[in-house]
Amino acid sequence: MFRTALRTVLAHKARLLMTVLAVMLGVAFVSGTLVFTDTLGNAFQNQSAKSYKDVAVGVTSYDHRDSGEAGAEKSTPGVSQETVGKIEGLDGVTSVTGRVSGFAGVADPDGKLIGNGWANTGSNFAPGKDGKDASYAFTEGSGPTKDGEIALDKATATKGKYTVGEPVRVATNGPVKEYTLTGVFTTDDGEVNAGGSLVLFDTAVAQKLYLEPGFYNDLTITAAAGASDSRILDQVKPLLPENAEAQTGKQLASDQAAQIKTSLESLNQMLLAFAAIALFVGVFLISNTFTMLVAQRTKELALLRAVGATRRQVKRSVLAEAAVVGAIASAIGFVLGIGLAVALRSVMGMTGARVPAGALVISPTAVGAAFGVGVLITLFAAWLPARRAAKIPPVAAMNSVHGVATTKSLVVRNSIGGALALLGSAGIVAGAAAGSDGRMLIGAGAFLAMVGIIVLIPLLSRPVIALVRPLLHRVFGVSGKLAGLNAVRNPRRTGATASALAIGLTLVTGLTVLGVTIGQAVDKMTTDNIKADYMVTMAAAGDLDQTALTALEKAPGVSAVSPQQSATLEIKGEFRYASAVTPGDIEKVINIASVSGSMDTLAQGGIAVAEDTAKSNGWKVGDTLPVTFSDKKKGELKVGATYKKTEFLSPVLMSTELAAAHEPKPYIPEVWVKMDGGASAANEQALVDSLGKNPAITVMDQQDIRNEFGGMINTLLNIMYGLLAMALIIAILGVVNTLAMSVFERQQEIGMLRAIGLDRRKVKRMIRLEAVVISLFGAVIGVGLGSFLAWAIGQTIKGEIPGYALVIPWDRIGLFLVLAGLVGVLAALWPARSAAKLNMLTAIKTE
Amino acid sequence: MTTTSLAHRATAVAARASDLSKVYGLGETQVVALDRVSVDFRQGEFTAIMGPSGSGKSTLMHCVAGLDSFSSGSVQLGETELSTLKDKQLTQLRRDKIGFIFQAFNLLPTLTALENITLPMDIAGRKPDKQWLDQVISMIGLADRLGHRPTQLSGGQQQRVAVARALASQPEIIFGDEPTGNLDSRSGAEVLGFLRNSVRELGQTVVMVTHDPAAASYADRVIFLADGRIVDEMLHPSADGVLDRMKAFDAKGRTS
Repeated sequence: MFRTALRTVLAHKARLLMTVLAVMLGVAFVSGTLVFTDTLGNAFQNQSAKSYKDVAVGVTSYDHRDSGEAGAEKSTPGVSQETVGKIEGLDGVTSVTGRVSGFAGVADPDGKLIGNGWANTGSNFAPGKDGKDASYAFTEGSGPTKDGEIALDKATATKGKYTVGEPVRVATNGPVKEYTLTGVFTTDDGEVNAGGSLVLFDTAVAQKLYLEPGFYNDLTITAAAGASDSRILDQVKPLLPENAEAQTGKQLASDQAAQIKTSLESLNQMLLAFAAIALFVGVFLISNTFTMLVAQRTKELALLRAVGATRRQVKRSVLAEAAVVGAIASAIGFVLGIGLAVALRSVMGMTGARVPAGALVISPTAVGAAFGVGVLITLFAAWLPARRAAKIPPVAAMNSVHGVATTKSLVVRNSIGGALALLGSAGIVAGAAAGSDGRMLIGAGAFLAMVGIIVLIPLLSRPVIALVRPLLHRVFGVSGKLAGLNAVRNPRRTGATASALAIGLTLVTGLTVLGVTIGQAVDKMTTDNIKADYMVTMAAAGDLDQTALTALEKAPGVSAVSPQQSATLEIKGEFRYASAVTPGDIEKVINIASVSGSMDTLAQGGIAVAEDTAKSNGWKVGDTLPVTFSDKKKGELKVGATYKKTEFLSPVLMSTELAAAHEPKPYIPEVWVKMDGGASAANEQALVDSLGKNPAITVMDQQDIRNEFGGMINTLLNIMYGLLAMALIIAILGVVNTLAMSVFERQQEIGMLRAIGLDRRKVKRMIRLEAVVISLFGAVIGVGLGSFLAWAIGQTIKGEIPGYALVIPWDRIGLFLVLAGLVGVLAALWPARSAAKLNMLTAIKTE
Repeated sequence: MTTTSLAHRATAVAARASDLSKVYGLGETQVVALDRVSVDFRQGEFTAIMGPSGSGKSTLMHCVAGLDSFSSGSVQLGETELSTLKDKQLTQLRRDKIGFIFQAFNLLPTLTALENITLPMDIAGRKPDKQWLDQVISMIGLADRLGHRPTQLSGGQQQRVAVARALASQPEIIFGDEPTGNLDSRSGAEVLGFLRNSVRELGQTVVMVTHDPAAASYADRVIFLADGRIVDEMLHPSADGVLDRMKAFDAKGRTS
């Protein structure tokens, strides 16, 4: 029987090719993902191992003087020079290198920041006795030795077109400063290789910038040959302050590797999601193909049964066929997957993240997963058709009528689907009513409803398509009429075909509606709350320096400036977040709706409290509350006003003056600026100039602010559109499949139609319209389901997003439908051609 | 009865094949399906084409009906010469001037009986002639079944719908390919009766391929084909006469 199966596979190459394609895509994603992450993980691991190769013990300290923990303020800022001296004296230690690091942004000649703000690091150049720092290999010049000198990593120097001796502007957490470039280096540092920038200062300069003179963040200890790392570790540990930790180089390397592996996980999951979608939709496609193959071979299989093959043997032969197809598809998919992994690596390389070179790692797990998934999915999908094949009675071989699989009653299927859909909808409605507590209920309900609808798709196909039938007839004449009727002829098949598109479009529509809705809400929130023309922030979510605030206040054309300065207060013994703002100006930059009292009281040393906070605590305007400031000093503050809660400010407001008295180094995440004449290029330039063209400071107008949030949403949507493309490709294959099957089954009909006068053009049009109708049916279901899901999820997050209102992006949904229609047209190309070319005489000839 | 058909014979020819040849394959595998056949099908006449299997009877009908191409010779349908027509024009010709009845009924299962009957007009985008349609429907006696789908009809009823479909567009000629082949003798007789009536009463022209002598006896004329040639012709045939003639073929086939 296996040989028969193999022969059949070979005899139906073209038909099976589509099945192969679907499995292949899925397998390619699975194996591509695994190979890519294995390879990347391995490369990073090698790199970590290399960078820690000479390290015997590494010490890391953290500064927790501001943490508010008991006794923390007495701890040291890091590891002191004195400790370094003690470690140097230990047995077996050959050298100790101290590192101190923090943010350092390099400006390009246009004043723009090089890099993305997240990996712009500054550190110290720590030469050993030989005057060299082992971590950095200088390709040009030498390391900085005094204040005013820096060295840059090679990629950053190249990007900024800087050469040794030239002045370079560098911003740290303070005003921007000009340094002279003394050298350009290369390094094994992973962050630098991943596209970050690194500035090296003289050690004393770096200590002053980032910590305190005489202190280091990290230590790297090298040992003499033969010395035990763990023995050194044991000796180092007691010497360290309590806010420092020591580990052996080996441990550090494996920790870093593990960390990188975790960070690759999300990428891994996203790619595997693509694979899952491809395979899920592929199941329908494979099942359809095998149904078609079985239907085509009804006679042949009946003959096998008549001459003595058992049901089991027939079933096995179909499954064997599926296994062969699955294995071939997996093999091709696996090769494609390796290609995909290589492509991904170079794409990552192009985006600036330099991926360490390394051999392609093809693990047995990847091979196993690829073949396991490919073959099992194919077998799973072919199971039902195989069962159906086994049920063909031997007498079918004698039957002259072309064997068409009997359409079994859909009652059981519809009952299950109906129950699922109802249960799911009930869950969603109940969840939506429960608000944010109903999230789990909505999630489960949505899943159930989706499965229910997919199960019900055959039932739905009749009434939904019946709606458009009159239109089809009117616009396209007899071709349209017949296409409409043909589309619902085999609801099961139509349903399976439409499901592919429905699932893809459910996901994409749901996310699009949610994305657009949230984007709109954010836009509205920005427009409603921000009166300022500009928001000034620091790169990498850092905080602005007091000098920046002062500079902004003095900038020409500025009419109002207020920071949103993070502060804390203990009110009546309870810890509260507060915002320190500039009294008088804050109302001009942020829309504050004062409920009672007057905001002017802020200037007199009072506080303002958000209405809901005041209410829940029973505070009223005029109350005097006992407070403890962040420096543990106690006092009393009078509530001067209450205001409507806003997303842009903490629930307690006080003046910057009041905050400054208790917080010597204020934390300023953003400053709001209102200017005469509103936002304009000249005004923006004035602000940038006043900040000394600091590359690390970003000046954003309202549009920029909206884009910052919207950008994330758009990126997410773009990924989803990649998913849509995938679903579309598979949907095309599915529709091609179904149409080919329909054309095959209706040969005689098409022959008759041709004989009584339907010309080729109209035959083609009939097939094409059938495809379009099926595709659009799937698309409409998907769009409907997706919008419904988006609404349901929206209900759960409504409370967290002020100004939330469901927005249905009709333009995009229209585009999805047009795309679905195109899928139909494309998919019909080949089946329509073969229908039109059909030999009339053979088709109408009765056997 | 005889006089009317003779009068028609004198008047007009509905379809004519002259020196019609059809050859399949090349060289040694060459098969001559039709060998320089010349025949006229006269208006208002019911012609049956008979012959043993492989005699070329179906091929002749297919070529004359514009369903199949031919190697040489000419076919004229009314005034139109078929050999010069492209597929599109042939399709239009079939749509507007020819009616077909197939052995396997070939009704569209998705359409009702009435929709099946008006399908050729639907394809042409023409409105059916209401009066004529009523006449045809009442003739085949299916007025109460028009809303039914083919699967709800018996074989005989289905073929009656097919006959009505062929008649409804008032074609110049109707071709039948073993129209009674799938029917029991009673249903077959009914269908043949309709065909004969359509010729007698409505002046329709019918050409039918059959291997059943009883079916052929309904025709005005029988043409016998063997090995791609017309070998005999019989006017006003009787079932027994046709059967005897056919037996002669069988005997010849066995001896040769």
